[in-house]
Amino acid sequence: MNDTAAIFDQGEYNFAYLDEQTKRMIRRAILKGIAIPGYQVPFASREMPMPYGWGTGGVQVTASILGKDDCLKMIDQGSDDTTNAVSLRGFFEKTAGVRTTYETAEASVIQTRHRIPEKNLREDQILVFQVPIPEPLRFLEPRETETRKMHALEDYGLMHVKLYEDIAKNGHIATTYAYPVKVNDRYVMDPSPTPKFDNPKIDQMAALQLYGAGREKRIYAIPPYTKVKSLDFEDYPFEIQKFDKPCGLCGAEDVYLDEVILDDKGGRMFVCSDSDFCEERRAEGHLGPMAADPAAAHIGGIQPEETAR
Amino acid sequence: MYVAVKGGEKAISNAHKLLAKRRRGDTSVPSLTLDQIAQQLAHSVARVMGEGSLYDETLTALAIKQSRGDLIEAAFLIRAYRTTLPRFGYSQPIDTAQMLVERRISATYKDLPGGQVLGPTFDYSHRLLDFALAAEDDGVELPVETAPTLNDAMPRVTDLLGDEGLMEPDPDTVEDAPVGDLTREPLSFPADRDLRLQNLARGDEGFLLALAYSTQRGYGRTHPFAGEIRYGEVEVEFFAEELGFAVTLGTIKVTECQMINQFKGSAKAAPTFTRGYGLVFGQVERKAMSMAMVDRSMRVHELGEEQTAPAQDIEFVLSHSDNIQATGFVEHLKLPHYVDFQAELDLVRRMRAEWFEKRDQENNGEAAQEAAE
Repeated sequence: MNDTAAIFDQGEYNFAYLDEQTKRMIRRAILKGIAIPGYQVPFASREMPMPYGWGTGGVQVTASILGKDDCLKMIDQGSDDTTNAVSLRGFFEKTAGVRTTYETAEASVIQTRHRIPEKNLREDQILVFQVPIPEPLRFLEPRETETRKMHALEDYGLMHVKLYEDIAKNGHIATTYAYPVKVNDRYVMDPSPTPKFDNPKIDQMAALQLYGAGREKRIYAIPPYTKVKSLDFEDYPFEIQKFDKPCGLCGAEDVYLDEVILDDKGGRMFVCSDSDFCEERRAEGHLGPMAADPAAAHIGGIQPEETAR
Repeated sequence: MYVAVKGGEKAISNAHKLLAKRRRGDTSVPSLTLDQIAQQLAHSVARVMGEGSLYDETLTALAIKQSRGDLIEAAFLIRAYRTTLPRFGYSQPIDTAQMLVERRISATYKDLPGGQVLGPTFDYSHRLLDFALAAEDDGVELPVETAPTLNDAMPRVTDLLGDEGLMEPDPDTVEDAPVGDLTREPLSFPADRDLRLQNLARGDEGFLLALAYSTQRGYGRTHPFAGEIRYGEVEVEFFAEELGFAVTLGTIKVTECQMINQFKGSAKAAPTFTRGYGLVFGQVERKAMSMAMVDRSMRVHELGEEQTAPAQDIEFVLSHSDNIQATGFVEHLKLPHYVDFQAELDLVRRMRAEWFEKRDQENNGEAAQEAAE
C-alpha cells in the first residue's frame, strides 16, 4: 500500500477510492437492506485494491457511507493493531483522509472483522461487518438458486435439522461462530464469523449494522433496535461461551478472551479480545491476575499514549 | 516462543520494503523495461490483459514487473486499476470477419477459402531447449517469409457451414438490446450466454483448461472440432451519440475460436452442428479453445441435453472461474482467525472432556460389574 500512496495524493482517485456513482449504487443496496432486515441484497461489487476475502465488502460499504467529518475505527479479531486492520485503516487514511481512532466511543463508523466491541454502541454509530460467506444456508445447500428460493419461502427446515443433528450427535449445537440468527422474525442471517458470544449484542443494538460481502456481492443490514434471535430449541436454549477466568491483564469478566500461549511448557494466559476495552480498563486502574507477570509484558501491546491518534 | 500477530504497522512497512528489494534483485543486473516485457513476454501480457480485463500492454507490463512475474497478482493489479476508470459506454461489436489475420487454421477442412495460415505458433516445434537463445545477440533482425498481404477474402468456417444449413445460426439478437455486464450488475442465475461468455473471457486459463479437458475425458462429452482459430487485429468502434456515427477508437489483437460440436437433434430441432465460442485478448489459443468448449458444455439446457458433469453446471463454473476472487478467498486464510479458533478450541476441549468422562463411566461400570460377579 505504501507504493500507491503517492498516486492517491495526486488526486487521481476519488474521496474514499470509489467513484460517486458506485457509492450511490452501494448506498441504494444498503437502503434496501435496511428496509428488509436480514435480506441479502445483490449489488455490483467492485474490484478493490485488496484481495477478495480480506474485507472488500466491508471496505466498499465503509467507502460509500464515509463523510469527511467521520471518525473511523478499524478492528480485526477485536483488535485495532492486527495486520489487516492496520492495512485497511491505512487505506482510508490515504484515500479519504478521515480521522481514525482506536477508541470505540469516539468512532462514528466502526469496520470490523470477526468481533463486536464489548462496549455498548450508540445510535449515532454504524458498525460495518466484513462478511466472507453471507449465505447462512450455503454449507447445507451449495446452490444459490436453491438457497434464494428457501429464503423466499421462509423454508428453514434444513437449518433446524442441522442443529437437531448436532444435538443428537454431540449433545449440543456444534456451531461456535457464524451462529445463525433470525432477524425480525423473518430472514435467517449469518452474523459473519463472529463468535456466538457476540450474538446477544446484535439483538436490539442501538447502532445500525451493515454487512458487506464483496466477493459474493451481497449487502445486508440490521436497523437499530431490531429483534435478532439466535436459532435454538425450547429444550436446548442458545448459550454463549463462558470463560472460567477473567482477563489476565485487566481482570474483566464476561468478555470474550483470546488464549495466548506464553512458552513451550504449556504456559498460557487469557486476555481481552477487544484490545481497546482492555486498555481503557487498565488505564482506569483495573488489574488482572497476570498483569505483573513479566511473561505477559509483550502481550499488553501498545501503550495507551501510543494509541492517541 | 509465541510471536504475536498483533503490532502490524511497522512490520507491514518493513515487509513491503523487503519485497521491493527482493523484486529488484541484484542491482548489478539491469532492471527490466516495460518494452522488454511487452515485446518478449507477449503471452504473459496477453494472459494478464484477458484475466485483468483491460487491454493495455504497457500497464500490463508494469503490473507483471511489479508482481515479480506472478501473473494472477498482475491481473489483480490491473483489475484494481480498471475498476476506478469511468465507463463511457460500450463499443460496437467487433467484426472478426474483417480481422487483419496473422494466423488462421481450421481442423475441419484441408483447405478452404483464404487458406490455412500458420503464423507464429509453438505447434509443430520440437520442445528442445534452444541453448543458442541463452546468448542471443541484440538487434539482429531475423529474416522471415510472411505472406505479403492477407487481402484475400477469408470467410469464417462457421459461415461456410451455415450456408449449407449444417450449422446452427447465430442466435437472433435484438438491435439495441442492453449488453449484460457482470462488472456492473451482480451475477444471478440462470445466467444468459452473454454473461457466461463475459465470465469465461475473464476466467482463469488453468481452470477453463481443466474443465475443457474433463469434457474430453467423458465428463459431459461435446464431440468438438476446432472449426476455426484465428488471431489478428480488429478495429474497435464506438458509437458517438453527439456525432451520430461510429468512430474507430483503435485496434486490438484477439484470438477467436469457433468449436463445432455434434448435436443429435431433438423433438424441436433437426440434427445440426452447434457452436462453442471463445474470444480472448492477444494470442492465447489454449484459453480460447477451452473457453469455446466450456461455453458449449454450459448450453446443455438450451439444447435439451442432460446435465451430468461439472463443466455443464453453469452455477458451478461461473462461481469459481474468477482467479482474483478465488486467490483472495483461499489466501485470506493467512489472516488471523484466532477469535473463531478460540471458539473451536473451547468446543473441542468440552467435547473431549465429555468423551473421556463417558468412557471412564463405562469402564467403571464394567469394573463394578466384574467385581460384583
